[in-house]
Amino acid sequence: MSTDASVEALLSGLTPPLLILPTLQALQEHFGYVPDSSLTAVAQACGVSRADVYGVLTYYSDLRRTPPSPVEVRICMGEACQAVGARELRHEAEALVGPEVDVTHVYCMGNCALGPAAVINGELVGRATNQALVDRIRR
Amino acid sequence: MIVHIPRDSSARSVGADAVAEACAAAGHTVIRTGSRGAMWLEPLVEVDADVRIGLGPITPADVPTLLAALADGRLASHPRHLGPVDDISWLARQERLTFARVGRHDPVDAEAYEADGGLDGLHAALASTPADIVEAVIASGLRGRGGAGFPAGIKWRTVAQATADRKYVVVNADEGDSGTYADRVLMEGDPFTLIEGMVIAGVATGAEHGIVYVRSEYPDAIATLRTAIDVARIRGWLGSSVLDSDHSFDIEVCVGAGSYVCGEETAMLESIEGRRGMVRPKPPLPALAGLFGRPTVINNVMTMAAVPTILAHGPEAYAGHGADTSRGTSVFQLSGNIARGGIVELGFGVSLRELVEDWGGGTLSGRPVRAVQVGGPLGSYLRADQLDVPMTYEALAANGAMLGHGGVVVFDDTVDMAEQARFAMEFCAEESCGKCTPCRIGSTRGVEVIDRIRRGEDPGGNLELLEDLCEVMRDGSLCAMGGLTPMPVLSALRSFPEDFPTTGGSRSPEGHDDRTA
Repeated sequence: MSTDASVEALLSGLTPPLLILPTLQALQEHFGYVPDSSLTAVAQACGVSRADVYGVLTYYSDLRRTPPSPVEVRICMGEACQAVGARELRHEAEALVGPEVDVTHVYCMGNCALGPAAVINGELVGRATNQALVDRIRR
Repeated sequence: MIVHIPRDSSARSVGADAVAEACAAAGHTVIRTGSRGAMWLEPLVEVDADVRIGLGPITPADVPTLLAALADGRLASHPRHLGPVDDISWLARQERLTFARVGRHDPVDAEAYEADGGLDGLHAALASTPADIVEAVIASGLRGRGGAGFPAGIKWRTVAQATADRKYVVVNADEGDSGTYADRVLMEGDPFTLIEGMVIAGVATGAEHGIVYVRSEYPDAIATLRTAIDVARIRGWLGSSVLDSDHSFDIEVCVGAGSYVCGEETAMLESIEGRRGMVRPKPPLPALAGLFGRPTVINNVMTMAAVPTILAHGPEAYAGHGADTSRGTSVFQLSGNIARGGIVELGFGVSLRELVEDWGGGTLSGRPVRAVQVGGPLGSYLRADQLDVPMTYEALAANGAMLGHGGVVVFDDTVDMAEQARFAMEFCAEESCGKCTPCRIGSTRGVEVIDRIRRGEDPGGNLELLEDLCEVMRDGSLCAMGGLTPMPVLSALRSFPEDFPTTGGSRSPEGHDDRTA
């Protein structure tokens, strides 16, 4: 099925009335990202303008417009993790891994007593060290 | 043997799943519970004997010795043996009301919940009148635990007295402040308490629709809460006749998308309605025109989860804890560079020093405490010699600080406070919703001014400019994001002036002094 057909099928499976954010979240859940080609269909389904949809898509940091990397490392840069070396961890992690690994930051995973915290493809790691990150990336 | 091992995401982040799998593979019955909140002991394994015996922390590396101790029943000789869990002083000395059940049971075991005092509050509420429920919440002195500290019962009364075709109860579980995780631990460890509090709020105000807005960074909390809601529906705790009464109430979970400012209540309402999380001007108050324009109770998870105990044991019992006009208990969260981090629920009025030194055991690194940030990224930094402040709304305000959501983040003496001040502005610039100019533009200018100060460019003039900018942000911003960002910035500047160059020089932006190890 083409992307456009998949988008239509997915949208018609949602229970109206459709709100923009949960509709985009449903698309991302399915595709891993929100294809730009879906914006018009989403706007129609939600009964809003394409600009409204674009506005929501670009506001929330979770929503992405390109496919995700195979390995995503998110390092918490909240104050509690900064206090136990998150800045250094991120700096070293970026130097350690290759371009196929996407290293980004996040503000707080709620693991503040066991920082620094990192998330590797959805798995939360407490008391994170570079060695622990590298071991999990290789797995 | 029966062993209890937390399924809390903090415990899982340090290997609880591997420990649980190994115990199950060895033939033991494993019950996954919430966390007791003693994160420094996670993974905390509890073995059913006459009482529950604790061993912790049990990392995957400790599994062989744990299995050997379980096999021969000689738990006391294991190096991680802690004795009966209920006697661990760090836990036993707390005043656990909201967190009374957290960590004891499988979080979605409805029978265990009822057997341990669950639903007592809802039964009491259903035997009462809506007006009396509101009066009980007012009499308890319960104030909003999200940060603003507004009396919860007054808010409920406003919604109860409003007339509308539909009303909402919205719980703010967008716990974005670094250093706070009490909402998460409660939702993962005892979600029925939150559900019960919401149903009571619905009965009291005439609302039949509940929504919990949970941040996407909390996937385990979302999953546990959704399962608990399903169980509650099956049991008749939710639905068209709550516990066979004529009250109808149901709850849905709404998931955020990575925006800090959506923890601000009006931005959260926009986000639930599916739009950009832009702050709305007030008035109108959400209590009168909130979600989809209807009267809406908005409470933080900790506020709502305190309601069942208030109804079950009476407002006097709850108000008997605490100090001054800060009644009841506060769920403090110790984190950062701290030896014994975790959840400490105590009556308001405990000193910050007791929390950091007695409960927290000082820094994890073993170096001296230099700074403590109280109340999240928008809270003040306090010096080590300012820690005798009692943790009440009033005393913290008198010290130019705020309690926020109860987060306590400890830094040792390697911290560069100019860097922390810069981060506060940088964070605001990244997370600002953009609705008002002081926050949207001021935060970016703030980063630039602090960079100039740190480079030693006209520090006198730029420090004056920074003070001026902070005043504009504080007085001119629409919400607390821009309005409170000056708190960490100015507290760093005033309490740690030695970290900011006051004369022109060539100190580099990364320039730590000799404190840097």
